[in-house]
Amino acid sequence: MRGGAPGGSAKHAAIVRRPFFWIIALVIAAFAVAPLLGNDVELRESLLLAAVYITLASNLNIMLGYAGYVNFGSIVFFGLGGYLCIYLMGSPGWPLVAAILVAGAGVSLLALLFGLGILRLRGAYFALGTIGVNEAVQAFVSNFDPWGGSSGIYLSTELFQALGGPMQALWSIYFLLVAVMGLSLYLSYAIKSSKFGLGLLAIGQNEDAAAVLGVPTALYKALAYSASAFLPAIAGGLYFFKSAFIQPTDAFDLTFSTEAIVIIMLGGQGTIIGPVLGGYFYEELRGWLLTSETFSHFQLVVAGVLLLLIVLFLPGGLMGWLHGRWPKLRRVLE
Amino acid sequence: MTALLELDGLSKSFGGVRAVKGLSFAVEDGEILGLIGPNGAGKSTLFNLINGVFMPDSGRLRFRGLDITGTPPHRVAKHGLARTHQIVQPLEAMTVIENCMVGACFGRENLPRAQALDTAREAAVFVGLEDRLETTAAHLTIAGKKRLELARALAAQPILLLLDEVLAGLNPTEIAHMIGVIRRLRERGITILMIEHLMQAIMSLSDRIVVLNSGQKLAEGAPAAIANDPAVIEAYLGDPALARELQQGSGDERRAP
Repeated sequence: MRGGAPGGSAKHAAIVRRPFFWIIALVIAAFAVAPLLGNDVELRESLLLAAVYITLASNLNIMLGYAGYVNFGSIVFFGLGGYLCIYLMGSPGWPLVAAILVAGAGVSLLALLFGLGILRLRGAYFALGTIGVNEAVQAFVSNFDPWGGSSGIYLSTELFQALGGPMQALWSIYFLLVAVMGLSLYLSYAIKSSKFGLGLLAIGQNEDAAAVLGVPTALYKALAYSASAFLPAIAGGLYFFKSAFIQPTDAFDLTFSTEAIVIIMLGGQGTIIGPVLGGYFYEELRGWLLTSETFSHFQLVVAGVLLLLIVLFLPGGLMGWLHGRWPKLRRVLE
Repeated sequence: MTALLELDGLSKSFGGVRAVKGLSFAVEDGEILGLIGPNGAGKSTLFNLINGVFMPDSGRLRFRGLDITGTPPHRVAKHGLARTHQIVQPLEAMTVIENCMVGACFGRENLPRAQALDTAREAAVFVGLEDRLETTAAHLTIAGKKRLELARALAAQPILLLLDEVLAGLNPTEIAHMIGVIRRLRERGITILMIEHLMQAIMSLSDRIVVLNSGQKLAEGAPAAIANDPAVIEAYLGDPALARELQQGSGDERRAP
């Protein structure tokens, strides 16, 4: 994994021995197996969206939950990743796996450059800066002719043949997205258990004190920002490949960013399982609201009210509540 | 003795206010140097200049012969310079041991996380927080948070420790404990530069004292000489109680206003 994530086989071996490693494996297995039982396409589509939500929230959590920086424009990674991937698969004709890897690496590198710039800002100014980055990138892409400008890029559905036809391709994309979700959880976990993560948590608590204690704050924030861009960019590539179409208004939709924040707050910021719980419940709730006659037009209003209620009454989210209720759980469920 | 830290003509202004003016003195290896002066004399600004939080307008800083002028705080920490804050800055949501681990991981030794745990625990035990290792920093008492400031700085295994009013706000028992800790630190060979308003404590702890007034050095010397220096007494005239305390070289264990 690029972008300052810890590596080394010794560290990984230590992680494998901890029970939490297997809890994450269980989540991935549940996502992978559930729709296979009974070949349930509807369940698969719902879980696919949940996996995307969890990927976005989990990576956003590295900035928001660990380093304490509210990134309102995290969707820019998803959108740019989508564009890079779709573009590379189009006229240059790259295979899917190569395209998503390059999309991930490219967006991550770009995030490092953006990060070194806007991470000088703090608090509300940073949050506004991230929205600015998303808007600027959207404006650029809307006027960038090689990427189809405001009308976007269409892919030939013949590309699905390489994955064994449309039906098989949808399953393959689903499994790849679940894998990306799983990697996001392991990345969050690896960072949290590393020295890098300790530094980020210190920054999140008190950035000035962290610097005095020796944490290279500017570098760590930029690396965290960059690391949190890699997997969302890959998820964007897979997501837009699935519809074989991408356009600026879908790719850089701030609604998605805001929903990712709601999911983190709902699940519990700074925790690893929090975004999973938040992402799953939010997707269930959203699905129910969209199909309900009364609420179908008020889905985002409900999300807003939900965020307000969480911030007021459950600031630690579901995980905070669970940890408060059963303190011993803190050791097992992170 | 050789100079560990040398200040050479250090100046810093904020807007029109010249907080530190052409200040020069040296901290010798192994000593406890006391830094006193009325409120607003520039003591805390000086600490912020030394550890890189502020960039001096002019002048040089040398630490162990190395020019560290303008070095950012996180790199100053790597050189073996640690500090405590006058207003405690705990990493609130983290436990005592985690706070200390940040010091150990990112301090002079730059320890990997796995090895930082022992160093962190040792530092916490050293200041008397052994019963609070798993307590969240936000839940500590003021005395606990003061100890945590010190423990975190110690976990960095510093060569020079800057203590900014570690005794302020403590009760007599806590003060006695903290003074004991500072003495044991010196026995370990850690050089200490400390700001303190509590005259009795600083007079008995320090090998030498530097007096600041309006950002300038007013006097420098052994505690007894400082206590009888007319210029120093003059500087404290706005505060007769403090001047009297200074003259007598003793007083009640109360934080001076």
